Amino acid sequence: MGEVFWIPFWILIFPGFVFTFALGLVATYLVRKVGALVQYRVGPPVFQPFYDVMKLMGKEILIPQEANRAIFVTAPLVGLAGVLLLSTVLGVAAFWPQETFVGDIIVVIYLMVLPSLALILGSSASASPHAAVGAAREMKLVMSYELPLVMAFIVVIIKSGGELSLAGISSHASVGSISGFIAFFMSLLCIQAKLGYVPFDMAEAETELGSGVLMEYSGALLAVWKVMHAMMLVALPMFLVMVFLGGFGSTLAGLVWGIGKYVIVVVLIILIKNTNPRVRIDQAMKFFWVYCGIALVIAVALATIGNIYDIAWL
Amino acid sequence: MKKILNKPVLAVGPFHPLQEEAEFFQLTLDGEIVTDIDMRISYNHRGIEAISETLQFDQVPFLVSRVCGICSASHPLAYVNAVEEIAGITPPERAQYVRVIINELERIHSHMLWVGLAGHFIGYDTVFMWAWKYREPVLDILEEITGNRNNYGNVKVGGCREDVPNEMIPKIRQKLDELEKKVEMLVKVVLDDPVIHARLKGVGVLTKEAARQYAVAGPTARGSGIAIDVRRDDPYAAYSDLDWNVITQPEGDVFAKAVVRLLEVLESIKIIRQAVDKLPDGPIDMEVKEIPAGEGCGHAEAPRGETFHYVRSDGGNRPVRHKIRAPSFVNVPSFRASCIGQHIADVTITLAAVDPCYSCTERLAVVDGHNNVIHDYESLLKLSREKTARIKKEIL
Repeated sequence: MGEVFWIPFWILIFPGFVFTFALGLVATYLVRKVGALVQYRVGPPVFQPFYDVMKLMGKEILIPQEANRAIFVTAPLVGLAGVLLLSTVLGVAAFWPQETFVGDIIVVIYLMVLPSLALILGSSASASPHAAVGAAREMKLVMSYELPLVMAFIVVIIKSGGELSLAGISSHASVGSISGFIAFFMSLLCIQAKLGYVPFDMAEAETELGSGVLMEYSGALLAVWKVMHAMMLVALPMFLVMVFLGGFGSTLAGLVWGIGKYVIVVVLIILIKNTNPRVRIDQAMKFFWVYCGIALVIAVALATIGNIYDIAWL
Repeated sequence: MKKILNKPVLAVGPFHPLQEEAEFFQLTLDGEIVTDIDMRISYNHRGIEAISETLQFDQVPFLVSRVCGICSASHPLAYVNAVEEIAGITPPERAQYVRVIINELERIHSHMLWVGLAGHFIGYDTVFMWAWKYREPVLDILEEITGNRNNYGNVKVGGCREDVPNEMIPKIRQKLDELEKKVEMLVKVVLDDPVIHARLKGVGVLTKEAARQYAVAGPTARGSGIAIDVRRDDPYAAYSDLDWNVITQPEGDVFAKAVVRLLEVLESIKIIRQAVDKLPDGPIDMEVKEIPAGEGCGHAEAPRGETFHYVRSDGGNRPVRHKIRAPSFVNVPSFRASCIGQHIADVTITLAAVDPCYSCTERLAVVDGHNNVIHDYESLLKLSREKTARIKKEIL
């Protein structure tokens, strides 16, 4: 009976739009504040990300004359819808584990590509050379990090004994083993690239392309991209917590510890962001395909060996 | 009608987050590779030389210290060197040392500024903020001595405007000690960070031959292995009494330029320490009655390279001709040698690696918007003669 009522609630209120949006702004504040502390700055007040979005909402939307209007306008909405669905599926798997379906991790992997695809579409439709270069970079970046990310999940799936549902996977904290740790670290870097943070922010690259993919966006449409990004900042670290760090548990203590794990992952992301220069796109591709790839092949092998001979720490 | 370009073009400028000033680089692209670069400056010509010819000799240092906010000690010094050459005077010894101190403080803050900006250009904002934080005490010292963080205008013909008080010397020393530790830390960070190596080594190489051909100056030349430095080659102020090294790096890439600048900061600290040690007592100023007719050249090693001033006097109280050539004017064209064939990501940092300063490089350019041509000297002369002929005809 509950289904009909629950689905809109999940999508719109919790863990969907309202919750993810609010938490995303808090996470954005965290990124800016911790980044500022690393850089000896004071940083913004708590509500600054919210003010920024509200201000953008009230600004004029300029659409370039040469742009493909339909795609240019719908791309941010598609991206937002993708992240919304992603966070809903994740949240439901975290807090209503009995309601999920087998194989939702595969759905999640697909949904995670959607924001990047929307970004590529929107920037390609904007008919700006800067955005075009940015889109080409984003495309190369997506191609380079998707494979390592999937390989990292394969490690987890092997570790948890062939489990394909998020609820099942999140009951194993696979980061405790060698292969799990390698997979966690590599997927953290992939998440960094998905979020478009330094060292993998070459698609935006303010000082090269003048914010590249987002160059022609303004007003409410830019606000939608910002909101999408803020929501990704909730969904992606939460996904890492669930897949590698043992999820949020079902007790209050487990929930608090789960939030602690989420904050740790976000702070790790911020520290990586603030202690590295931006790499070149060819260096990023080489890094993900060669170094990440080799490390993850080793991790998959270790996990398989560990599974066969029943050695948990491998 | 749509204008269709044969090749994709990326515009860096006239207003671009890469650089604060108005400049325009048109990068022709093949994928991510830059195949050609075209540059245009002169968006912000201010006619400094013409203004200078309307001012008295003593007023000009305040004007030329505003040629560039960062090189605001080197330009007045070069000008004053030129005027003192005309007048044939040597200012008091203490003034010479004060000039050294101010100029080296300027070099430190300019190089720290560049290190921070270079970090920002490759997306390393932490380096940006840290380098600029370390730079603040230097600006505080400058403010305490001259009254301004920038635009000091501290030299005048025959001496200096403000003295370095003896009681301030311990404070200068203490600030330099703190700064030295931090710069050494920065040097270590730059020299050891593998990601910075990957990002800067072998990028935007300006070979020694190319550097000679383009006649580049300052750290740009020294980063390509050419040991030129006006302070050593033609000493002015008190540099001949001090012991220091000209830093060079043979590679010619962006990394080499960064290393040259960071090590030069340490050399500057060394110079200032010696200068405050040897600071002689006595006046900082002498009376200059009049500037005789004649012409003089002065140069100074600005943070970006040699800045050159030519002054001609007819015996009156203002220069009849004042010519300025700032180092960026020779450094900027070297982009053609260092940028073509690089990635966009590398070109932007290479553009920044010579620490270009457009405000002092601006030249007058007359653009005919109807025919889309930029007039050169000959065609301007021709236009002017045509106009004169036309006016003559109207009068007759």
